[in-house]
Amino acid sequence: MIPLQLTGYAVLFPFLGFLFNGLIGRKIKNEGIVAAVGCAAVGGGFVVACIGFFQMLGLPPGQRTLTLDLFPWIVAGGFRADVAFQLDQLSVVMMLIVTGVGFLIHVYSAGYMHGDPGFWRFFAYLNLFIFSMLTLILADNFLLMFLGWEGVGLCSYLLIGFWYDRKFEKGTTGDAAKKAFIVNRIGDFGFLTGIFLIYVTFGSLRFQTVFTQAAAMSVGTPVLLWITLALFLGVTGKSAQIPLFVWLPDAMAGPTPVSALIHAATMVTAGVYMVARCSVLYALAPVTMGVVASVGAATAFFAATVGLVQNDIKKVLAYSTISQLGYMFLALGVGAFSAGIFHVMTHAFFKALLFLGSGAVIHAMHDEQDIRKMGGLAKSLPITYRTFLVGTIAIAGIPPLSGFFSKDEILWDAFSRGSWVLWLAGFAGAGLTALYMFRLVALTFQGEARWEKGVHPHEAPATMTLPLVVLALLSAVGGFAGIPHSLGGGNAFEQWLEPVFAPAADKLAFAAPQVEIAEYVLMGLSVAVALAGWYLARMWYLKRKEIPGLLVRKLPNAYRVLLNKYYVDELYEGAVVKPAVRGSELLLWKGIDVNVIDRIVNGAAQITAAAGRGLRLIQTGVVQSYVLVFLAGVVLIVGWLLVK
Amino acid sequence: MDIPLSYYLCLSAVLFVVGVAGVLTRRNAIVVFMCIELMLNSVNLTLIAFSSFLGSITGQALVFFAMAVAAAEAAVGLAIVIAIYRNRQTVDIDAINILKW
Amino acid sequence: MESLVFFFLAAFAVTTAVLMVLQRSPLVSAIYLIANFFALAALYLLLRAQLLAVLQIVVYTGAIMVLVVFVIMLLNLGDEARVHPRISVRTWITVVLAAGFLSEIVYVFSLAGTPAEGTTISGGAESLGTVESMGGALFGKFLLPFEVTSLLLLVAILGSVVLAKKKG
Repeated sequence: MIPLQLTGYAVLFPFLGFLFNGLIGRKIKNEGIVAAVGCAAVGGGFVVACIGFFQMLGLPPGQRTLTLDLFPWIVAGGFRADVAFQLDQLSVVMMLIVTGVGFLIHVYSAGYMHGDPGFWRFFAYLNLFIFSMLTLILADNFLLMFLGWEGVGLCSYLLIGFWYDRKFEKGTTGDAAKKAFIVNRIGDFGFLTGIFLIYVTFGSLRFQTVFTQAAAMSVGTPVLLWITLALFLGVTGKSAQIPLFVWLPDAMAGPTPVSALIHAATMVTAGVYMVARCSVLYALAPVTMGVVASVGAATAFFAATVGLVQNDIKKVLAYSTISQLGYMFLALGVGAFSAGIFHVMTHAFFKALLFLGSGAVIHAMHDEQDIRKMGGLAKSLPITYRTFLVGTIAIAGIPPLSGFFSKDEILWDAFSRGSWVLWLAGFAGAGLTALYMFRLVALTFQGEARWEKGVHPHEAPATMTLPLVVLALLSAVGGFAGIPHSLGGGNAFEQWLEPVFAPAADKLAFAAPQVEIAEYVLMGLSVAVALAGWYLARMWYLKRKEIPGLLVRKLPNAYRVLLNKYYVDELYEGAVVKPAVRGSELLLWKGIDVNVIDRIVNGAAQITAAAGRGLRLIQTGVVQSYVLVFLAGVVLIVGWLLVK
Repeated sequence: MDIPLSYYLCLSAVLFVVGVAGVLTRRNAIVVFMCIELMLNSVNLTLIAFSSFLGSITGQALVFFAMAVAAAEAAVGLAIVIAIYRNRQTVDIDAINILKW
Repeated sequence: MESLVFFFLAAFAVTTAVLMVLQRSPLVSAIYLIANFFALAALYLLLRAQLLAVLQIVVYTGAIMVLVVFVIMLLNLGDEARVHPRISVRTWITVVLAAGFLSEIVYVFSLAGTPAEGTTISGGAESLGTVESMGGALFGKFLLPFEVTSLLLLVAILGSVVLAKKKG
C-alpha cells in the first residue's frame, strides 16, 4: 500500500520533466526521447493520481482530507506560509483531469509538433505548465495557490507566443501572448486584494483555517462580500469571463495542443476550481453569488452569439470555451458547486477532443484555418471526422453523451435555485451552442470540398488519432458518473464531492432535492433545443446554403457587430489602453522620470563637480596660506574649548 | 619680588605669536625660516620655565634635544633653500607655487 | 633686582623679535635675531638653567645663525621688494588671527587652578641646571633619545650634502 503522501510525487514528475527537457533538451537531437520524457512525466503523475484516488475510495467519506506538509516557505514574524498539499475529493478529481487529459495532449503533441525546431522547448513548457497547474490544485493555502496561478499564467504566455516570430492578425504572436498575460495580471490584482483581505480578516492563509473560521460567520458579513468580489475579479481574468475574456480568442495564436490543454481542459478551469474551493466564502456572500451567476449566464449567451459567425475554426472553439466556462460559473453562482465541477470534467473531455480534432484538420490542410476553404473532409479524415462528431454531439448536450448530463444539471439548478432568467440565458445559449457546433461540422467535414488546388488532406498519424479516440470514448461515457436522481442514478459525482461542499451547502440551506415534474420538462426542452440547433445547421449549411447569405443581407449591422465580437477589443483599446499609454508617457515618463529622477541624478553629479571646482581654489600652492588656515583652525578649536 | 611663572609664559606666548606673524607675512624664504626658529625658541623658554618652577629635569632635557633637532633642521632647510635658488634664481615664496591648482 | 633684570630682558627680546619681522633686509633681520637669542640666553640664566644658556649661545647663535648668515651672503640676496599694496588681505587676516591667538593663550594663563600659578622658582632649581645633573639625565633617563639624536644629526649631514650638491 503506497501511502497517500506519495501523491506529492505527482507534482514532482512534471517538474523533473521540465528540468530535463529545458536544460538538455536542445542537445538531444532525438525527438523521441524528448517526447518520451515529457509524456512519461505527466503519465507518471496520472498513475500516481489514480493510485491516490483508489486509496481514497477505501477511506470513509469523512476522512478523505489529507494534508501533506513539505517544507516551510515563508516565516516572517507572525506570518507563515508553507509548501503543503491538501488532498481531498475535489483536488483529486481535478488532479485526475489535469494529468489524464494532459497526458493525452502530450502524446498528441509528439505527432503535431513533429519537425518543429523548438520541439524540446515545447515539451519543457508543457511540463512546467502541468507542474504549475498541479501546484495550484493541490495547494493548501492561498499563497501557494497564487504561485501556481501565476505559474500557469507564465506558461500560457510562453506557449501562446511559442512561434515567436510569426505574424498573427494585427501584430505578432508575441502581442497575443502579452495580451493574455497583461489581462490576467489585471485579474490578479483582484486576487491579491482578496488574499490580503483574507489574511487581515482571518489571520491565516491556510484553507482549512480560513474555512473553519468562516463557517462560524453569518450570511451577509460585509467583509466577505469584498473578499469574494475581489477573488472573482481574478477569476474573470483567468477563466475568461466578462469583462476580462478578451485574451482567449487571441490566445489561439499558439499551437493547437496548447489551445487544447490550456484553454480548454485545464488552465481556464483554475478559476472554477478556486471558486469551488472557496465555496463556503461564497455561500456567505449572496450578493457575490448573484454576480457570479449573472456574469456566467451573460458570458455563456453572448460568447455563443459571437461564435455563431466566426470563420476560423479555432476562433469558433475559443468562443465556445468562453461560453461553456460561463455555464460553469452559472452553476457555481446558484450554489451547485459539484455541478460546476462536473461540467469542468465533461468539458475537459469534449473540448480537448474538439481542439485536437481541429488541430488534425489544420495539420491536414497545411495550416489553413478558414472553414470557408474546407468542406468534405469526412472522406479524407475519417477518424478525425468521427471523433469530432462525437465531441460535437457531446457539447450540444444530446443524451446519452456526457455534455447532456452536466449541462442539464446546471440548467435545472439555475432554474430551481436561481431564477428563470438565468435559465433562459443558459437555455438560449445551449441552442446556439448546438447551432454553431453543427455549423462548424457541416462547413468543415461535410458538403463539397472547397479547398484550393494542390491541397491533399491526409489523416493524421496514430500518435495524434489515438488520443482523439480515447477522448471520444470519455466524452461519450463520462457523463454516467453523474446521472441525476431523476433518471434513476445516484449522482455518484455529486456524492463524492459532497463532504467538500458541505459547509457551503449548510449556509445556503437549500431544501432537500426532490424529483419534480419540472425537471423532466426542462430536460425535454434542452434536448429539443439541441436537436433544433442540429436541424437548423443542416438546413442552412448543407441543404439550402443560400439562407445564411440572405440573413446577412437582411441584418448587416447585426452580422457586423457579431463578427467583430461586439467591438469589445476596440472599446478597451480606446477607453483603457490608449489613456494608460498616454498617461504613462506624459506623467510617468516625461513628468517624473525625466524631470524629477534624471534631474536628481544629473544634479547630484553637477553639484559634486561644482563643489570640486570651488574647493580646488584652496590649493594656492603658497605654503603661507596653508599655515594661515592651520592657524585659523587652531584658534577656533582652542577658542571653542575655552568657551566650553 | 619674585617673577611668577605666568610672566615667563606670557613672554613666551608673545614671542611665539610674533614668530607666527612673521611666518605668514614675509616673502623671503630665509626670513620665514628665521621666524620659525624664533617660534622654536619661545617654546624652549616655556619648557625651561616649567622645568625650573616644577623642579623637574625633563623640561631641560627636552630643550637640549630640541636644540639638536633645530640644528639639524637648519642645515637641511638651508640646503633646500640653496637648491631652490639654483633652480629658480629666487627665494620669493609667492613665486614658488607649482602646486597651485 | 631680579625682576628689573627680567623686565629689561623681556622688553629687549620682544623688541628685537618685532624688529626682525619688520625688516626688509634679510641680513639685518638675522642680526636682530641674534640679539634676541642673547636675550633669551640671559633669561635662561635667570631661570638657573646654566648649561642651556651656554648652549643657546654656542649652538643657536654660534652655529645656526652663522649658517644662516653664510647662506644669505652666499645667495647675495637683496632687500625684499616692495609690494603694492603693502598691507594685503593676508596681512590683515594674520594680524587678526595672531591677536586672537595671543588673547586666548593669555586667558588660559589667567585661569585659576593652573600650574601657571606657581610663584617661586623651586628650591632645587639651582642644582638642576648644572652640567652634572644634565649629564646624569642625558646618560640616564634620556639615553635612548640621546643616541637617536646622534643618528638624526648623521642623517641631516647626509641630507644637506646631497641636497646642496651641484649636479654632475
